[in-house]
Amino acid sequence: MNAPVIELRGVSKRFGKTYDAAARLARGLRRSLGGEVKDQVVRAVDNIDLTIHKGEVVGLVGESGCGKSTIGRMVAGIMPPSDGTVHWHGRDITAMPLDAMRRATLKVQMIFQDPYASLNPRMRVEDIVGEAPRVHGMIPRGEETAYIDAQLNRAGLDPAYKRRYPHQFSGGQRQRIGIARALAVQPEFLVCDEAVAALDVSIQAQILNLFMDLREQLDLTYLFISHDLGVVEHLSDRVVIMYLGRIVEEAPAEEIFARSNHPYTQALLAEVPRIDTRKRAFTAIKGEIPSPLNPPPGCHFHPRCPHAMPTCREVAPALREVAPGHRSACHLNTL
Amino acid sequence: MSGMTLEVENLSTHFATRAGLVKAVDGVSFHVNRGEILGLVGESGSGKSVTGFSLIGLVDPPGRVASGKILFQGRDITALPEEERRALRGNRIAMIFQDPMMTLNPVLRIDTQMMETVHAHAKVSNAEARARSRDALGMVGIPSPEERLSAYPHQFSGGMRQRVAIAIALLHRPDLIIADEPTTALDVTIQAQILAEVQKLAREVGTALIWITHDLSVVAGLADRIAVMYAGRIVETGSVTDVLDRPMHPYTAGLIGSVPSRNKRGARLSQIPGMTPSLIDLPVGCAFRTRCPRADTACAADPPETSTVPGRALRCFHPQLDFAA
Repeated sequence: MNAPVIELRGVSKRFGKTYDAAARLARGLRRSLGGEVKDQVVRAVDNIDLTIHKGEVVGLVGESGCGKSTIGRMVAGIMPPSDGTVHWHGRDITAMPLDAMRRATLKVQMIFQDPYASLNPRMRVEDIVGEAPRVHGMIPRGEETAYIDAQLNRAGLDPAYKRRYPHQFSGGQRQRIGIARALAVQPEFLVCDEAVAALDVSIQAQILNLFMDLREQLDLTYLFISHDLGVVEHLSDRVVIMYLGRIVEEAPAEEIFARSNHPYTQALLAEVPRIDTRKRAFTAIKGEIPSPLNPPPGCHFHPRCPHAMPTCREVAPALREVAPGHRSACHLNTL
Repeated sequence: MSGMTLEVENLSTHFATRAGLVKAVDGVSFHVNRGEILGLVGESGSGKSVTGFSLIGLVDPPGRVASGKILFQGRDITALPEEERRALRGNRIAMIFQDPMMTLNPVLRIDTQMMETVHAHAKVSNAEARARSRDALGMVGIPSPEERLSAYPHQFSGGMRQRVAIAIALLHRPDLIIADEPTTALDVTIQAQILAEVQKLAREVGTALIWITHDLSVVAGLADRIAVMYAGRIVETGSVTDVLDRPMHPYTAGLIGSVPSRNKRGARLSQIPGMTPSLIDLPVGCAFRTRCPRADTACAADPPETSTVPGRALRCFHPQLDFAA
């Protein structure tokens, strides 16, 4: 296996409420009177280890609020972890000198879900794509036009349109602008956060093909975040399933779709609408996704799990290897 | 009661804009039987939502239903005065929208909103209206409906809110529900719960459903029949099995081909070249011909609707007819 590009070691991200002066005063008063003061903390990501190797496409799957986007942002260096470390080619990013850290994070670029919100509506396409490489001094003098044209061509856009503004493009074309922007700084690693979720099926296919072509041409590594298991199955080498801030299962793509181990993964796979099924009776995982403000104790999935046992309510199961390269966090595996 | 709940004949809805006349829906005909689920499938801008809005009579100016008939239980409702239209809407015909946050009033409690709907069409006491609301919430699987009646929309999750919206649509046990992408914003597990409720409804109450979506996979498991829309027209209709397993129109085939699970893992997805044309500037003749692999000079004329098998119709000069067994 290739060397790891990105490693998350024991990474957590907590979001707390910030209090204004009045709230702080009230809380202080309450504490001094012997009252209980509780901090509301969301553990968006809870002690996660994740290694992504060179050339790999890792699919990160989970429902809303499971922390998958937060992981993407920490990998891309947009957000620092609350605990744990992020390693780039084996070196801890947070411990690097500033300029080395900049160089490392420049190599990780992100493509966002909403091609309407992620492009500045008041900038021309050539500036959207050209700004970052210009700032980082990546374009030799006098070659700016050629450089930007090359980026647009690579993303499947006609450079003739580079003087236009984002609103003059369709959703699929805007996503291509976002891709050209990300590629303009010559990254090694792309974080795609629901990058095709907002697109029509036929456009989605075009963009997925573009991702696959670029991977070959530029030797890219991907973290592909999506709630769409069909897309993830198609694209990924390895799949990571999250539930309420924790990784519940991780395996090579073929393995996870053929032999999923965790009850949550199994339920999720059973619910995916497939074009080959006809008139099926939909049954559903019982209950709702619990609030991350107040997650159930023990295994987060136990209130909805058909196999829950007493120990699931108390002890959080650890990720264990159930087959080579296949890890799952479920007490059923240790019975 | 006759088997056909809704029959639409040659419906056209046009929008007069400064750039020109937009024929968002251009001569669409279809029907839905009692207890049947029709999947109305298409990409953004294909006119599927405008079709839904036209049926319920909620097209806002500059849009207007330019021509066509909408026969609801045998009666043409396009010509009805607004009063009578209103008596149907929310009563016999209901609609569920994509975004439950936009359809519920954030400053009113759920019971207020639901009882208002009950009172709009039935002369009943407040206690009776509240009881009906509670039963409707129970029907869509909301736990402890009595307590939840006094909650505000923001106290519900997205999936729960969509269930409330569905419960409101169910209050008068309508004969027809038009659902416009109701599960698109929801997570897979929540979507499955909603789809389960909807299936039960069609089966047990006999409600006819028009399920508007861009997601072929959802329709595959849910619907009885499919109508595929492209640029304001229905290009192919038929049973789910016929249309999805043996698509005759090149556009339908292209759509199905671009679904990732239909392709070999990691292989290039087959894609439809180009993009959906602007409705102001449609190609003459078949609107799909500029992207179609089978197009030739014949396609510059308007393809008429043809039907090879009963219940199956399409608009194409060069349909695919040979399917390897």
